[in-house]
Amino acid sequence: MESLLKVVDLFCERDERILFDKLSFDVNSGQLLQVVGPNGSGKTTLLRILSGLSSYYEGDLFWKSKPIADQREDFATSLLYFGHQPGVKGALTPEENLRWYCAIHPAMDDRNLAQALEKVGLAGYEDVPCHSLSAGQNRRVSLARLYMTHAPLWILDEPFTAIDKQGVAEKEALLAQHVEQGGSVILTTHHDLSNSGPITRLNLEEYMGT
Amino acid sequence: MANMHTNTAEVSLFTLFGAVLKRDLLLSFRNKSDLVNPLIFFVMVATLFPLGVSPQPNFLSEVAPGVVWVAALLATLLSLDSLFRSDYEDGTLEQVILSPQPLMVVCFAKVVGHWMTTGLPLTLLSPLIGLMLFLPAEGMFGLLSSLLIGTFTLSLVGAIGAGLTVGLKRGGVLISLVVLPLYIPVLIFGSGVVEAAAMGIPYDGFLAIMGAMLALGCVLAPVAISAAVKISVSG
Repeated sequence: MESLLKVVDLFCERDERILFDKLSFDVNSGQLLQVVGPNGSGKTTLLRILSGLSSYYEGDLFWKSKPIADQREDFATSLLYFGHQPGVKGALTPEENLRWYCAIHPAMDDRNLAQALEKVGLAGYEDVPCHSLSAGQNRRVSLARLYMTHAPLWILDEPFTAIDKQGVAEKEALLAQHVEQGGSVILTTHHDLSNSGPITRLNLEEYMGT
Repeated sequence: MANMHTNTAEVSLFTLFGAVLKRDLLLSFRNKSDLVNPLIFFVMVATLFPLGVSPQPNFLSEVAPGVVWVAALLATLLSLDSLFRSDYEDGTLEQVILSPQPLMVVCFAKVVGHWMTTGLPLTLLSPLIGLMLFLPAEGMFGLLSSLLIGTFTLSLVGAIGAGLTVGLKRGGVLISLVVLPLYIPVLIFGSGVVEAAAMGIPYDGFLAIMGAMLALGCVLAPVAISAAVKISVSG
């Protein structure tokens, strides 16, 4: 089976400390990859490199067997990235925030916006400015994008921070469903992910340099 | 797999431009202090100047073009830091960079939004300041037209500096250093237009040069702004 995302000999150094060296792995469709490692082991850095935000690395990244740099647009259309900062504007309402994402990303579909907000438990908050919502609710606004996107590859950096237990269980079920339908997920989390079906783990500690 | 990857709505550049502009305008209207700060600064400088130097009408009418232009330039400079700052801090900028849309269009829309909330109000307010500084009535049209063209150029050039410094904790001073040398030609020609207009000399030539600077800015600045923003975010 052709791998969706292929990483070959990735090397990254930060502040004269080698975060990882000779890191190679594949992500296939229908695979959930959990990146684990202690704090400061470079999980976020790895996800930022994979998503294309950071270019401070050596090595090769392939998207559908072709170098990622040659098909940036196709890759960007297929990607949903969820970063440390939720990317939610405090002065806008949840609905306005999500509509804006639909406007800038072709893989986002605003037809199921109301349904997505209901799924993340924000029904009734459509018209409340996000700065008066809690931290967890703000992250839920951003997570609602998961219910609205057609993108096959999800890169999620600590998606469950500040989310309550039930919310985490629902998101895990969503990840499992996405993977079952042939999508791929790369995520970092300190949760167990017991309800997400089969998981591949990548431990960054094993690739740590000196 | 195939059904997951259908581009349901191909986002056209105009829709994208409109969406970004609309959102930025909405944000500045909900956050009124950003909207009012440059205007208050503009009015304050112009008001304090006669008090500090000389209230003589003859003297004031002579320096009015320069004072109004310098005040407008500094007011624009002050408002620049916030252009990308909040987007950078809440992660929206990352999302914009990762979207398959051309970053240039997004940046240009943001600059237009910035101009509509700073440069345009400054221009509309300027006749009042001109009147206060005894600028001759013949100079008013020159003042309006030069500010209308000039402030947009200032926003475009300033956004390059804002993009370069957005990754730094305190970029305010650095923006001024990066951007001020590039502002000087706009200032010289801008106040030149107003002076010429006040003296009743034709000023079309000055305006044409300002227009050329604006055209050049519209074409080249978005490229530089998007590159600057990309560098800042990847750092």
